[in-house]
Amino acid sequence: MRWAKHRAEANKIRPRDLHASLMSGAHGFAGLLLLIFAALLLGLPVARARQSSDAAPNGNAENGKKLLRADGCYECHGLLGQGAAQTGAARIGPPQLSFDGFQSYVRSPKNQMPPYSSKALPDQDLADIYAYLKSIPMPPKGKDIPLLNK
Amino acid sequence: MAKRTKPVVDRRDFLKGAAAGAAALAAVPASIAAEPAEHKRVVPPPMSAEAEVEVPSVASVLTADRTGSDFMVDVLKSLGFEYVCANPGSSFRGIHESIINYGGNKNPEFITCCHEESSVAMAHGYYKMEGKPIAVLAHGTVGVQHASMAIYNAYCDRVPVYVILGNIIDATMRVPGVEWFHSVQDAAAMVRDYTKWDDLPISLEHFAESAVRAYKIAMTPPTMPVVLVADGELQEDAISPDLKIHIPKLNAEKPPVGDAGSVAEMARLLVAAENPVLIADRTARTPAGLTCMVELAEALQCSVVDQTGRMNFPTRHPLNQSDRARAAIADADVILGLDAADFYGVTHTYRDQIDRGARPGTKANAKLLTISSDDLFIKANYQDFQRYSEVDLAIAADSEATLPLLIEAVKRITTDDRKRAFQDRGARLKAAHMQTLERSRDAAAFAWDASPISTARLCMELWDQIQNEDWSLVGATTFVSRWPQRLWNFNKHYQYNGNAGGYGVGYNLPAATGAALANRKYNRLTVNIQCDGDLMYAPGVLWTAAHHKIPILHIMHNNRAYHQEVMQVQIMADRHSRGITNCGTGTAITGPDISYAKLAESMGVYGEGPISDPKDLGPAIKRAVEVVKRGEPALVDVVTQPR
Repeated sequence: MRWAKHRAEANKIRPRDLHASLMSGAHGFAGLLLLIFAALLLGLPVARARQSSDAAPNGNAENGKKLLRADGCYECHGLLGQGAAQTGAARIGPPQLSFDGFQSYVRSPKNQMPPYSSKALPDQDLADIYAYLKSIPMPPKGKDIPLLNK
Repeated sequence: MAKRTKPVVDRRDFLKGAAAGAAALAAVPASIAAEPAEHKRVVPPPMSAEAEVEVPSVASVLTADRTGSDFMVDVLKSLGFEYVCANPGSSFRGIHESIINYGGNKNPEFITCCHEESSVAMAHGYYKMEGKPIAVLAHGTVGVQHASMAIYNAYCDRVPVYVILGNIIDATMRVPGVEWFHSVQDAAAMVRDYTKWDDLPISLEHFAESAVRAYKIAMTPPTMPVVLVADGELQEDAISPDLKIHIPKLNAEKPPVGDAGSVAEMARLLVAAENPVLIADRTARTPAGLTCMVELAEALQCSVVDQTGRMNFPTRHPLNQSDRARAAIADADVILGLDAADFYGVTHTYRDQIDRGARPGTKANAKLLTISSDDLFIKANYQDFQRYSEVDLAIAADSEATLPLLIEAVKRITTDDRKRAFQDRGARLKAAHMQTLERSRDAAAFAWDASPISTARLCMELWDQIQNEDWSLVGATTFVSRWPQRLWNFNKHYQYNGNAGGYGVGYNLPAATGAALANRKYNRLTVNIQCDGDLMYAPGVLWTAAHHKIPILHIMHNNRAYHQEVMQVQIMADRHSRGITNCGTGTAITGPDISYAKLAESMGVYGEGPISDPKDLGPAIKRAVEVVKRGEPALVDVVTQPR
């Protein structure tokens, strides 16, 4: 099944840096404690383990592209995050929200979108997806595409 | 049911073989023509080798110059049916033969369908294009069982499909075996919950009267399907060539119109409103409805939100606010629903989460008005009537028929001051319309070069090839995010014909073919954006189009899934935090991927594709358009983004 295949591929190339491995998966809580401990040891404020609240954490765009499909975002939003009037899904590629706003909405959507808990979609996966969406260039304006003006 | 008196011999007397004195039997009522006990024996099944070697009684009457089915065809001709759609069935073989021979296979012409669901859906699509019904023939048992979902769609869509079911009522007249499996006490029972009227005529005079009555009932708003049962004996019994049976005249019924007082009050509310909105849905039954909608909107210079159940309003008219419907409705102080299928849904917002609450999408003091023929006829079992709307003024009438009175009333009370206010409002709405169009174009630019191909690109490549033709888009645009309505220029009634009504999958392909059948005589270029899941219900209608030379261009929206259901399962998986890895199970149409071009070609339809590079799409559509313009069907398979 293609969904399962994409999920397996995404898992293969997931960035296994310290932050990602600690913050995601079944070891998340223990990892978080370790990270706090490491931060204290290094004398760094915990907040600096992540970027500022309006900036996206480090994400792997290549992995995010696979996750967009594997985690079903594309079902409503399209493979390039273009959105769809029929599903009511907003355009998310490139994203119109900051990462915090994006994450907040995904976890606790206001309208029809199904909620994605961190259990179903770990924070790092979400960051990867966001990185992919950020990598999508803005298209030309509609008025500049001749076929759209007939 | 009382035993009928047979004027001439019955066809099944032949099968009784040695039944002595069959000729004499013909002269007496069947009820008293008892068969001698010594002659009773096993009757061989019809159309079998045993039956063929049987030596019939020399006295048997084997032919008849004229039968009841000939008269039934006279009745169908009197009602002006252009076509009858059917998959052939023995329970209506009498009518079938009379149509093609006695009736000359013209008005009605027999259209061969591969499934009864296709027959009904073709009639559904035909009506919405032509404004009059065509007949459908089906077995009273297995045929109507196949047809039932399509009948339900037509019922929900308020479309008058005219269904004739074959059946053999008299148990003693049935040949053992198949005819018993294909007989039923009450053939219309299984669709009675979603048809407007049915009858089981037991004489030809009764048939004539009920056939005309059924037509009248079906065509009087709210228009709906009707069922007439044609008994096999009644079809096949011989009648005298000189027999004169009166066929009643079809009464020219006027659709129900709103009462003058209520219409005047409605006009007063609309004229006094600051931001009135007209909600159109199944409003324009005919081209006159579209004209009236424009006239009313322009008289008020007000917003129109077209829910596209029919082609109600030009898409590029500056008062068309359909793509900012929520905003228009939220700002409105008076909202008028015109045969809106779901007025509650239009005026409320709804959230499909664990808490499934609805809340008003209107101002608290907004006046809600409706004109709907649904208020004149409602049934209990199936819930298509939607949630109850609390409205301030509900006129139980046909909206299209009431619009001329409402327009007149609005114009009569509109003062110069109000006209100036209307002009200002119209200018604001024009600006909003243009901004919305610009936003739609910008939205279409995203994923413009994507592969699989975006639905926006698909629609605009199609538009590029047809915009200078006399085109007609048939079939729903819901699943391509309504790009045609957002970006194409619709301004004629036949340029769109709405959706299934009951959301029953399997409607689109045959309904589009039925619409193309109606369009054929006008030389319109019929195009259909066809979802893959819908096509796979009953693809045999592709053959029907090839066989009957029905020109239509199908552009496949092939997203290789029952995509709506993928999302539904995904909602559940997300709600349970289980991930969506398995949501393709039971919903994907992959492994193997279906080649729709080859499928089409196998049935005599020109096919191209699959096409997944957007650069290849325009030329492929152009080639297919040329085929359709030659009078043939064609299909271009396009691998697409989900929505």
